[in-house]
Amino acid sequence: MFEWLSTHRADISAVIILMLVAALATSIYFGLKDSHARRNDEVFGDPERTRGGWHWAVTGLSALMLIWFFFSWGMARAYFPSAANELCQVGKISEAMSPITARLPIGSRYYKSTTLVVRNSAQIDDLDVGLPEQVFNQTEQRSLRNVISQTRSVIAILSNPAQQDPETATQLAMVADDLDRLADRLRAGHDGLEPTAEALEQPRWGVESTEIPLLPITARGVLFDEVSAEVKTVAERFLKLRNFPPEAMGLIEKTMAEIAELKDAANNDTSWSESEQAERVKYVKAVERIFRRLDDGVIFPADALQGVNQGVENLYDAVGDAKGSLNVVDALFFPGEGVVKSRTICIEQGSARWLPKPTDVVAKFMKLANPDVENGGGYKGTTLLWVKWLPIADVVGFLIPDMLVDALPGGYGTHDSDGSFMPTYKDHLLSFAQGEVYLGSIPMLDGHIWDSLFRVIVAMGFGVLLGVPLGIYMGVSRFFKSFFDPLIELYRPVPPLAWAPLILTIFGIQDDGKIFLLFMVAFAIMVISARTGASGTQLSKIRASHSLGATNRQILRHVILPNALPEILTGVRIAIGVCWGTLVAAEMLAGTTGVGFIENVARTVSDYELIWVTILIMGLLGLMFDLIMRKVIDILIPWRGKG
Amino acid sequence: MSDLICSDLCMTFTNPQTGGKVEALKDINFSLKQGELLSVLGPSGCGKTTLLNMVAGFINPTSGQLELGGKRIESPGVERGMVFQQGALFEWLPVARNVDFGLRMKKMDAEESEALVEKWLNIVGLAGFGDTPTYQLSGGMQQRVALARCLVNDPDLILMDEPLGALDALTREKMQSLILELWKETGKTIIIITHSVEEALLLGERLFVMAPRPGRIYKEYNLPFAEQGLTNSLRDIKQQADFGKVREEILTMIWDMEEEIMGNV
Repeated sequence: MFEWLSTHRADISAVIILMLVAALATSIYFGLKDSHARRNDEVFGDPERTRGGWHWAVTGLSALMLIWFFFSWGMARAYFPSAANELCQVGKISEAMSPITARLPIGSRYYKSTTLVVRNSAQIDDLDVGLPEQVFNQTEQRSLRNVISQTRSVIAILSNPAQQDPETATQLAMVADDLDRLADRLRAGHDGLEPTAEALEQPRWGVESTEIPLLPITARGVLFDEVSAEVKTVAERFLKLRNFPPEAMGLIEKTMAEIAELKDAANNDTSWSESEQAERVKYVKAVERIFRRLDDGVIFPADALQGVNQGVENLYDAVGDAKGSLNVVDALFFPGEGVVKSRTICIEQGSARWLPKPTDVVAKFMKLANPDVENGGGYKGTTLLWVKWLPIADVVGFLIPDMLVDALPGGYGTHDSDGSFMPTYKDHLLSFAQGEVYLGSIPMLDGHIWDSLFRVIVAMGFGVLLGVPLGIYMGVSRFFKSFFDPLIELYRPVPPLAWAPLILTIFGIQDDGKIFLLFMVAFAIMVISARTGASGTQLSKIRASHSLGATNRQILRHVILPNALPEILTGVRIAIGVCWGTLVAAEMLAGTTGVGFIENVARTVSDYELIWVTILIMGLLGLMFDLIMRKVIDILIPWRGKG
Repeated sequence: MSDLICSDLCMTFTNPQTGGKVEALKDINFSLKQGELLSVLGPSGCGKTTLLNMVAGFINPTSGQLELGGKRIESPGVERGMVFQQGALFEWLPVARNVDFGLRMKKMDAEESEALVEKWLNIVGLAGFGDTPTYQLSGGMQQRVALARCLVNDPDLILMDEPLGALDALTREKMQSLILELWKETGKTIIIITHSVEEALLLGERLFVMAPRPGRIYKEYNLPFAEQGLTNSLRDIKQQADFGKVREEILTMIWDMEEEIMGNV
């Protein structure tokens, strides 16, 4: 079943998308109809106008899902399953072409040669102007100026098409021809081409591995793939080309000798002071560095490269032609930069890189939700949410501290003179308290989600149990209010995470630290809400209950507490939300279980699907908490807003 | 006999910020026999509510003393029941639990209190409403619940602070009859504070008109209308010439007091 769902992800999302579109259209239709029908019944601002309106919830959710499908390329994968593979082949051409385009305006605005000439000329001008005449004698100065002017000449010769090496020109023309030939081949179409068996056996896009398959699976893809292989050889040939015109070669050799001589003089002439000599060496080296950049033959005349540039443009046009309908699909359904080939994989470059497809997220969630940890289920050896059998003795042992047994009268047994040991009643109690007596097992929830929930629930429990009474007393007693108010108001505004490092140090990374952190959050909120509720009790109600003979304690229990209940429950609702947010952040700091822990690991390995799974789990659990609290509020305080 | 005796009662409020003193009540002397119905009238700020709160025991007088049945009043007690303007019902409890609140606080036997609640709900005309949440009741019904809640405790003295102030005219008239009926049947002492001169005349066997600054009893009347109201229709009583005369007299009196206050300001 799961297998089937997993392998048919693309088809399933195709159906889901259609259903979403239908839901979107129907809900908008009914929503508009409903609004139209009710337009005259209600005035603006009437709270009744917010009643109902499920259509718009459907509209919002289906629109959101469609946007998700669209930007995660889920639509592309559902309806154009081979498009990504074909775009990957196109990406191969771009990748193969990149060494050529890097030297041409088509890839980088300027010819690489232009950039080099401009940069070197500017630096030579600087050196010419900045020649330190005080550290070179007349002869040397003349020689240096000579070298500089010869360097300029070399640049001029290299840039002049008339003085170009004819062999190089032929080679460049051949590269251009090859590119044109490949363009023609692309234009000729892909008839007769077939994908290889190996390619067809690759896992499809979004099945098992979610990567885009590398080998071409369509005839068009095969064409692109084959062309890309040839482009690769052409590019390699192009890279090896050098421009060495004979005149330039002579001049270069001559200049090299002169530079060597100058360098020698700069290094070995001891008649200069140490600092002067350093300046001499530095200047000569700077001149040499510029010259060295010219002598490796990578500067071509602009005209010579024009043919290649046109060839590349022609090839790209041909790729565009050959893509045909794929162009439209690419533009519409692959938002972002599209598929990019990089080394051995094809990457989804765009929103799809960080936004996994909804069906993949569900598949990932299913995998995590699988309780069979032994066979790849769960996460890091813990299930997401499952039941575990826990020995009762462990629970008892946890609840009864050993110290309690120590405090009882009597002593523990000692060994007798004959080496035998008769346990006293305290020995029996101790083994009971330490959980060494088997009492059977009870089922307990287990897993990452449960761990997170457990922390929140325990912290909330303590927060309510301690916070509500304190808050109520603060609402009715001057001492409690004045004594605790500054203390609580002092720690409450501090963001909980600011306490985290401290609390981790005190309690360690186990549950108790996180629970304490959450307790601090919940406690403050509960105190404040209970206090607000208690101090908001109508005086006439209190007086009425006094007149009816209630004692102070009875008034607290029967009048002030129920009166504060709406505020308390609102406080619980807020506290759960804040605790939940704090918890995830706390789990990101330390620990080995919990939803926040999963997200933290997912973050370090950039597993975007997992990140989204945890985000969705947190969102849904938060929503669930809130829905439950709303229901509880409706049941417990039906008089709210009506008293 | 549990008579209410008020002797040399003074109440001075001190403003904690300015230290200014206000004489809310000065030298109040009166006694109320058991079974008398006293209504108290007066312009705002004349200390009516302060007087009632002191009788209820919510606040203690600056000087002088209050005695009920020979016992000094120092704190709220079950022998003095109170009915507030807005009912002050516990909205989280249904009608019956509101009514038996005092009994539950006394830990009275459940069966016994159930019977009492039923009896009193019948008397105030709310039979069958025991399980209804109070927030679903109309204003008049809520006030009936408040009456029943007070009466079920069997107090010697019933204090009413503008109990009918928030009700519409028709409901008000019905409630006035109900109060008279209850007065007759139970024979309780009742003090009722009101803003309505008509109501004060109709309900008050005795009537105090109070004056402000310092709060004092300005004039006292003994009236026959409450007695008549037990048998005659309230609307007929209002038509009587005597009724109209006293009403005009008191209205003028209060009008003058209000004028004086405005003039002082």
